[in-house]
Amino acid sequence: MTPGGEPRAVEVVGDLSGLPASASGARHLVWWGNIGFMLIEGTGFALAAAAYLYLMTQQAPQWPPPGTRPPDLSWGVVFTLGLLLSELPNLWVRRRAFAKDPRGVRIGVAAMTVIGLLLLIPRGYELAHLNTRWDSDAYGSVVWMLMLLHTSHVVTDWGDTAVQAAWLFTHEIGDDQFADVEDNANYWTFVVLTWLPIGAIVYGLARLW
Amino acid sequence: MKARLLAVCPLLHGCGGVQSALDPGGDQARALFSLFALMMWVSGVVYVVVAGALSWALWRAWRYRGADSRADGGMTLRIDRRLAQLLPLAAGAIILGLTVLITASFFADRALFATRASPALEVRVTGHQWWWRIQYRDPVSYGWVETANELHLPQGQTVRLVLGAADVIHSFWVPNVAGKLDMIPGRTNLLDVTARRLGWYRGQCAEFCGTQHAHMALAVKVESPAAFRAWLAAQRAPATPAAGRGAAVFQVACAACHAIRGAGAAGRAGPDLTHVAARRSLAAGTLTMTRGNLQGWIAQPQAIKPGTSMPQIPLTPADADAVATYLATLR
Amino acid sequence: MTPDLDRRDRLALAWRDPPGWWGFLTTVDHKRIAARYIVTAVLLLFLAGLLALDMRWQLSWAENTRMGPQLYNESFSLHGSTMLFLVSVPAMEAMALWLVPLMLGQRNMAFPRLGAFSYWLYLGGVLTLWVAHALDVTPDLGWFEYPPLSGPTYAPGHRADIWAQMITFTEVAALCASVNVVATILKMRPPGMTLARMPVFLWAMLVASLMTILSMPAIMLVTSMLIADRLVSTHFFAPAAHGDVLLFQHLFWFFGHPEVYIIFIPATGFVSSIVETFARRRLFGHHVLVLAILAIGCLAFGLWVHHMFAVGLPRLGNDFYTAASMAIAVPAGLQIFCWIATIATGRTWLATPMLWVLGFVATFVLGGLSGVMTASAALDLQLTDSYFVVAHFHYVLVGGAMFPLFGAFCYWYPKATGRLMSERWGRVAFALIVGGFNLGFAPMHLLGLMGMPRRVYTYPAGMGWDALNQVATLGSAIAVAGGLVFVANALLSYSRGAPAGANPWGAPTLEWAGDSPSPPWNLAYTPVVDSLTPLWDSPVLRVMDGVALERREVVVTSVVDAAPLYRQKSASPSIWPFVAALAVTAMFLGSIFTPWAIAAGALPIAAALTGWFWPQRERATTGPLRVRS
Repeated sequence: MTPGGEPRAVEVVGDLSGLPASASGARHLVWWGNIGFMLIEGTGFALAAAAYLYLMTQQAPQWPPPGTRPPDLSWGVVFTLGLLLSELPNLWVRRRAFAKDPRGVRIGVAAMTVIGLLLLIPRGYELAHLNTRWDSDAYGSVVWMLMLLHTSHVVTDWGDTAVQAAWLFTHEIGDDQFADVEDNANYWTFVVLTWLPIGAIVYGLARLW
Repeated sequence: MKARLLAVCPLLHGCGGVQSALDPGGDQARALFSLFALMMWVSGVVYVVVAGALSWALWRAWRYRGADSRADGGMTLRIDRRLAQLLPLAAGAIILGLTVLITASFFADRALFATRASPALEVRVTGHQWWWRIQYRDPVSYGWVETANELHLPQGQTVRLVLGAADVIHSFWVPNVAGKLDMIPGRTNLLDVTARRLGWYRGQCAEFCGTQHAHMALAVKVESPAAFRAWLAAQRAPATPAAGRGAAVFQVACAACHAIRGAGAAGRAGPDLTHVAARRSLAAGTLTMTRGNLQGWIAQPQAIKPGTSMPQIPLTPADADAVATYLATLR
Repeated sequence: MTPDLDRRDRLALAWRDPPGWWGFLTTVDHKRIAARYIVTAVLLLFLAGLLALDMRWQLSWAENTRMGPQLYNESFSLHGSTMLFLVSVPAMEAMALWLVPLMLGQRNMAFPRLGAFSYWLYLGGVLTLWVAHALDVTPDLGWFEYPPLSGPTYAPGHRADIWAQMITFTEVAALCASVNVVATILKMRPPGMTLARMPVFLWAMLVASLMTILSMPAIMLVTSMLIADRLVSTHFFAPAAHGDVLLFQHLFWFFGHPEVYIIFIPATGFVSSIVETFARRRLFGHHVLVLAILAIGCLAFGLWVHHMFAVGLPRLGNDFYTAASMAIAVPAGLQIFCWIATIATGRTWLATPMLWVLGFVATFVLGGLSGVMTASAALDLQLTDSYFVVAHFHYVLVGGAMFPLFGAFCYWYPKATGRLMSERWGRVAFALIVGGFNLGFAPMHLLGLMGMPRRVYTYPAGMGWDALNQVATLGSAIAVAGGLVFVANALLSYSRGAPAGANPWGAPTLEWAGDSPSPPWNLAYTPVVDSLTPLWDSPVLRVMDGVALERREVVVTSVVDAAPLYRQKSASPSIWPFVAALAVTAMFLGSIFTPWAIAAGALPIAAALTGWFWPQRERATTGPLRVRS
């Protein structure tokens, strides 16, 4: 008989049906998909920051270019503080999801929806007080690029959270959905963490260079 | 070495030529050719070894094709142990070969920059779509002597080319003389060239720069220092234009873009035409310099070099003839 | 394994696709999606090949008038963009999509709908470029459109925007596919397949996917910056406004160099699989092969400046990049050593897939050697932007990636279709393609050294370039003819090939354990693995039962040790990936014309993604919005 022939005969040596139907944290498959997308977006942020640094060092020592003020610090500080504070309820939601607490998760995700929306207000003021336009010069272009890159993450994560809140309130919550809440909370943490270097660059380097 | 390499190409019209890296006529090109020759030797040895190993592997496969269970059990382990001993040798050979090449490359690179510390004649070459603006720093007056599309180099003397671009990225490449270097808007690049062999060479833009990238060539003449000085003096002198219909038409139709020093035309958008008729070619190497080609180019630039920056100027045949005659006097 | 009828029926019910067009649009079967990718890529390979033949004809005589500059510039731009963005990378992704679950003994990818979405978005990119070509808005500035040439001043109109946005499509598709592959390989290996027992092919796909994740954001960013410069007057690349032309090149090549290794590394996976099977012995140097792949993957990120040696960057940096670029020959060379060692010490038989491996070694090594030459920052000043480098990159891409891909196609064809391709016609195709390619591209090394620059639509008489160009044209035509034979073989064998059976080559890895063609659910049990060559260890495959038969389910295992953790619900057919891709396509195309398309496009995308991710569960019985009966 040719080596092709029949599929391989089997010998059953174990049974997987006793395995649970879900998991949490890094054991869960979707956690890894989430990390994959964070890696993509994080790389994008890193490269955008590198573009800023490149333009800055090529134009030394005049940065921002003559005639341009650095972005106003006050709104940046307000947003940064707000974002950092938002991490507290975020981590709380994450713990509630881990504990598989439906009530805690519903309240928490609803709260994060409201918080996310509120944060867009200081972010809006930030954008209005960057003291440069995207079309004035390369400095303006790269500052706006960094800010819009981060803002789009805030907006999309807020959208995610809002939809998740709506679903959580109207459905029975299963293990996989608790895992989804964890993933969303992790993504918010990512949004918070990526702001720190970007904010430092936009507000700090323009003053320190 | 060079002779042996060139001997490879007898059937192919010779690898030598006026635009060839295999026929170095300058110090920089020669350094690179030597490096290339070394790399060819190393590559040849490597390829022979790999092809030999593969052939031997196939021979073994054919020889042992009937063997039963040869690859099973203890035999594989013994074979693999011996192979594992060869592995570091293979790695070592590769690393050794690469070290030789990296070192040689480093030295060739140094050779390219060896003249940087000494003073040299400065020539500014600016890439345009699709022509070359060439400005010699006059050692006498410290002014600029401008021409276009033709570069003259004194034999044995280093010329420092200051490369820039007016619009998009171009690249300066005269393979017989030196390697290429890009001409980038917003940047200045320096390329030292030291030509050794007399004669005419051809250069070409080597960075895609738009529609007529294929027709952005450069004529390069390497001449004795005395001949070079005479040429530069002739270029420095303003034109002695013949007045007449041609000059008048030129002033109206062409002076906005082209300059003729001595005739009151000062346009900068297109090539300087002060001594255009003394050049070997027209339209950045697209046509040979003849009276007929001059007229044809003036009348129908878009037909000859579609997309070129020079617009089709509506001229009567008589006017075109007059301008061509006029330009032909600008030696 | 031939499962009993009851098991088969239950699996068939759970894993079947809806019939007809609806099934076509909603399938999440990784094999069907991969087949689509391959068919599309092969079609584009031919279209790009025809462009190439056209260009070769134009260049066969000095001052030829078949093509004017505009048509020629469009042709090389379309050829390069299609080959690199629409054929090479997608073909490798497709092979991963098809093979990874099979080689892991799993029933589907980690994220089945994401796989479907990747294809639709890729198709969007294909249509963006080629419909634009049909409408005469073809990009015409090459496959890496440098500003300022591609900026608003020198490239009015929308050609450059089409190019930039096509890239956005294909990069998002590639990123989604890569996340899918990484998650599947890390978390869905069969019990017992520790990382140490993972075949080289899976290592190759894992590394290539991780490289994609880390490099493609660069090109997404830089093409978006280019579109912004063109559309909303940003000044990233405008020197007059404190921008920098080289910023584009750095960002582009930071992606561009890893890109070519993203194409090459899966090919090393194919070669490893084929060599092991046809040498009929376990691969020599498994650890070396894996470490080489990891080394190449890491090194690839530190080489990009070698595409910019003629730009005038500081010399010390150039020397470093020379050394790094040459250093990559070490892992590549050791891989060749291991493969040749395996072939030499096995009982090798030269079926068609193995012939392609030989063609690969003979051709790719030449490309590697010309690569060592171009790696020298000094010598590259003669070689770059000439036909020498054109020869180099075709040798490494065609020899190093296409030949293994053709071999892989022949190798796994029986598993996909249940038929064997004709060996005789396979040999004919091999000879024509490999012979034709070498005849076509070897002369280009000389042409470059003789001064012929790249991307020129014609050249003057008297340069001495005519004869070599004619040889190149002849060789290319022969290669394309061989390609036609190859495809004809594949098409005809589909209905007339000899029946293949489960494991016609006697291969050792898990994809050969089940039926050919693989049923939608792949394997009826979960295999247990305790070596690199499970099917060679014993005639009976040890398996576990317990993954559900009535619903779509897969087993998820731990990252390093592949210990079973839990059973994951696997997505069923869904229209949402297609709908989401339509919404994304609308946004991408709209943003060629106005930045407001991003805002307007966000809403349909949000709706589509909501539909996609909306969990199907019962209504709440607790909380303020609970169901009140």
